[in-house]
Amino acid sequence: MTTPTVTASAALPAKDELAQIVQQVLDEAKRQGASSAEASVSVGTGLSVNVRRGEVETLEHERDRSLAVAVYFGQRQGTAASADFSAQSVRDTVTAACSIARYTSEDPAQGLADPALLAQEIPDLDLDHPWDLEPDRAIELAVACEAAGLEADERIRNSEGAGVSTGRSMRVYGNSHGFLGGVAGTRHGMNCVVVADQGDGMQRDFWYTVGRHADELEAPEAVGRQAAQRAVRRLGSRQIGTGRMPVLYVPEMARGLIGHFLGAVRGASLYRQASFLLDSLGERVFPEHVTLSEHPRLPRALGSAAFDNEGVATRERVLVDRGVLQGYVLDSYSARKLGMTTTGNAGGVHNLTVTPGSLDFQGLLREMGDGLVVTELMGQGVNGVTGDYSRGAAGFLVAGGEIVHPVEEITVAGNLREMFRNIRAVGADLDTRGSVRTGSLLVDDVMVAGQ
Amino acid sequence: MESTVAIATERLLEPAGLGENALEDVFARLMGPGIDAADLYFQASRHETWVLEDGLIKQGGHAIDQGVGVRAVSGDKTGFAYSDEIVMPALMEASGAARAIARTGGAGRIQAWRRGGGLDLYGPEDPLKSLSDADKVDLLRRVDAEARAQDPRVDQVMVSLSGEHDVVLVADHEGRLTADVRPLVRLNVSVLAEHNGRRESGLAGGGGRHGYAFFTDGDRALGYAREAVRQALLNLEAVEAPAGTMPVVLGPGWPGVLLHEAVGHGLEGDFNRKGTSAFAGRLGEQVASELCTVVDDGTLPGRRGSLNVDDEGATSESTVLIDRGRLVGYMQDRMNARLMGMQPTGNGRRESYAHLPMPRMTNTYMLAGPHDPEEIIRSVDRGIYAVNFGGGQVDITSGRFVFSANEAYLIENGRVTRPVKGATLIGNGPEVLKQVSMVGTDLELDTGIGVCGKEGQSVPVGVGQPTLKVDALTVGGTEA
Repeated sequence: MTTPTVTASAALPAKDELAQIVQQVLDEAKRQGASSAEASVSVGTGLSVNVRRGEVETLEHERDRSLAVAVYFGQRQGTAASADFSAQSVRDTVTAACSIARYTSEDPAQGLADPALLAQEIPDLDLDHPWDLEPDRAIELAVACEAAGLEADERIRNSEGAGVSTGRSMRVYGNSHGFLGGVAGTRHGMNCVVVADQGDGMQRDFWYTVGRHADELEAPEAVGRQAAQRAVRRLGSRQIGTGRMPVLYVPEMARGLIGHFLGAVRGASLYRQASFLLDSLGERVFPEHVTLSEHPRLPRALGSAAFDNEGVATRERVLVDRGVLQGYVLDSYSARKLGMTTTGNAGGVHNLTVTPGSLDFQGLLREMGDGLVVTELMGQGVNGVTGDYSRGAAGFLVAGGEIVHPVEEITVAGNLREMFRNIRAVGADLDTRGSVRTGSLLVDDVMVAGQ
Repeated sequence: MESTVAIATERLLEPAGLGENALEDVFARLMGPGIDAADLYFQASRHETWVLEDGLIKQGGHAIDQGVGVRAVSGDKTGFAYSDEIVMPALMEASGAARAIARTGGAGRIQAWRRGGGLDLYGPEDPLKSLSDADKVDLLRRVDAEARAQDPRVDQVMVSLSGEHDVVLVADHEGRLTADVRPLVRLNVSVLAEHNGRRESGLAGGGGRHGYAFFTDGDRALGYAREAVRQALLNLEAVEAPAGTMPVVLGPGWPGVLLHEAVGHGLEGDFNRKGTSAFAGRLGEQVASELCTVVDDGTLPGRRGSLNVDDEGATSESTVLIDRGRLVGYMQDRMNARLMGMQPTGNGRRESYAHLPMPRMTNTYMLAGPHDPEEIIRSVDRGIYAVNFGGGQVDITSGRFVFSANEAYLIENGRVTRPVKGATLIGNGPEVLKQVSMVGTDLELDTGIGVCGKEGQSVPVGVGQPTLKVDALTVGGTEA
């Protein structure tokens, strides 16, 4: 391989340069008669390689940019976006937004965030750690990762490959209240997908690692071996009989359950009356041992941000205190619709964390006794209005606290309101690879359908 | 159509002063010994969305994007870079990055350009201009009013209208210069109904490669409003769905998502070349009952999944995948076809210039069979009749797939009885079509709502099927 001339850390424009474009957009909106406006400009650059069976499969250089504006004429809004930062494009984009605002309705909930809530200072959260990764080095790492997976077990017969990626992005947001803030951040990752086969059907599984700093990534060999071990343990999967049983969601799957909870306490679901947790503020929605809190300013964490997508300062808070719902997940629009105040969640939650319990995974298996471990969920069978839940699943049958055999082609079903109340234990095995951080969740009395 | 090449050249190349010579210079940098294939994918797209909620025109948005993706292929290796600026220096830089996939070497030169525009399945007109903004807003209001007029139990109505105009130009190392100008419109209605403290939702919509007149012709959009309300009211009556393995009758049209998940993805060329699909190496085998013939057809006029040419400039085709139960074909892009010694099938698709193409479905459906749909239902003692679905998902390696019913009924003693709540159905791709024992005469395609996701890339697709009976499928309800 020759070494290409482009690396991932190459040339993001300076933050000031983006801030100037945001200011141009705001000035142009004012010139075209908008009573207020907000704008954001983002740029990103990245490199990703994928190798398969020891050879490079793809080498991709990424470079993205976008400019988005919302204008307000009183309480009528129009939005527009473009990937072109030229002065002409700035004018055209603002014109498109203003033209749309002529046809939208006067909406009392519309408008910028309350100036009093905007971030006054923007602390450095240690999110920006460019990785000067040459393509050749990225390929070496991916090759090592995949090789460890292929060599880990003779039943690993095929591979979808291993990938290494690095990316850096910068976003500047400003509004006509005078707020202007920018943040740069990095995200690096490695993943491996392998196929196990012992003659009675193939099984595929994967593993990945991700972090703000390259030093936080797991070793390539560890990622490959973990992927292999996960694929091999699925060999010989079969259906089980239909019945009610406790189900242990591993952390990656438990994150989805918490995601369904967050979907139900989001402002947009609540003001549309499209949530199974309407009017639940102050109510017990989880058992007493479950606490959920948000930690937006954790240094280096993947979900950290000092201000949200509207410039509102983020802050620490407890969302569920010993089972009782303490607040919602709101942006300014949904907050006004509900007669409340934004919680700084325009764009989502920041490091929403389920307080870990005391049992590790083995301890949770013993606590469960007989039941099902769910390691994979498929499909979209979740009704956010009613909480009805029915998803395809794969995992392991457990008897007497021990794993008996792998299971596939089953579904798990229930109603989320009841499933949340039926959480018997939260694991100590906290997974921090995302904006929602949780350990395993042991849920009692779930309907499992199979034969 | 020759004219699409002219439209695309004017829109994409002329503003930057890029002529044939400039493209030849780019290929001279991109090609060389070790590079088997290369292409440039120029794209400019405009997109708009209008949203009505709570009786208010809440939101309108407009977005434009353009750029060029540069790809160099060496054997099964691909180098890729893209730029959102269509200018010569960016093209040369991206070419240098993409070609680094192979060892350095000399130059190759395009001999002569051949222009082509493929089929003529839709017009090049910009759908965003097919209706005035005032009329778009008026359409949303009429849909809202229609939904609310259906029943006093209707509580919330949300309507969204979106349109897209996509101009693409593909130049490849063999001198093919191919273009497509693609309109795409969509209208969705979502309704919440409330009765005695119970709240349920209904969702309907459609679209295709048309202008917005598609929604006003015959008041099609008002039909979506009535359909969404009908579903929401029906769900107010739904009882718990059964759990376990039982016969399932699938209605015509959108339930064809079964085919998309159970066999479609597993028959995409890339997974079969790599041997990671449960269907790999099984060409010629019986993988379905003899009642089943399944095609992927990108040549249907105006359909959401249709293309005049694919994203590698190959003309769209209709490909038989399963012929009376026998596996006879895969869906291919150019690279996987070449590596497998097969022909491309017009299935090379990509989300945008910033993504690599891969084999993807277009409109995938099963042909009609011999059975009267009512006879099919009468043949079931106890089972499920599922007529509408949300999405699905498949693990192509193990073959396991799911799809989630959101309108279904119990069948008891050969009769459709009560509606049941939504439930996920799960099966095994290479097995499920062998369990198909009856196929109806009533082939329908969906209304134009499908989005297919693969490796993080979304593309519009269509599905369809006649009523069919699967003898045993696992139903993920809550009633034992």
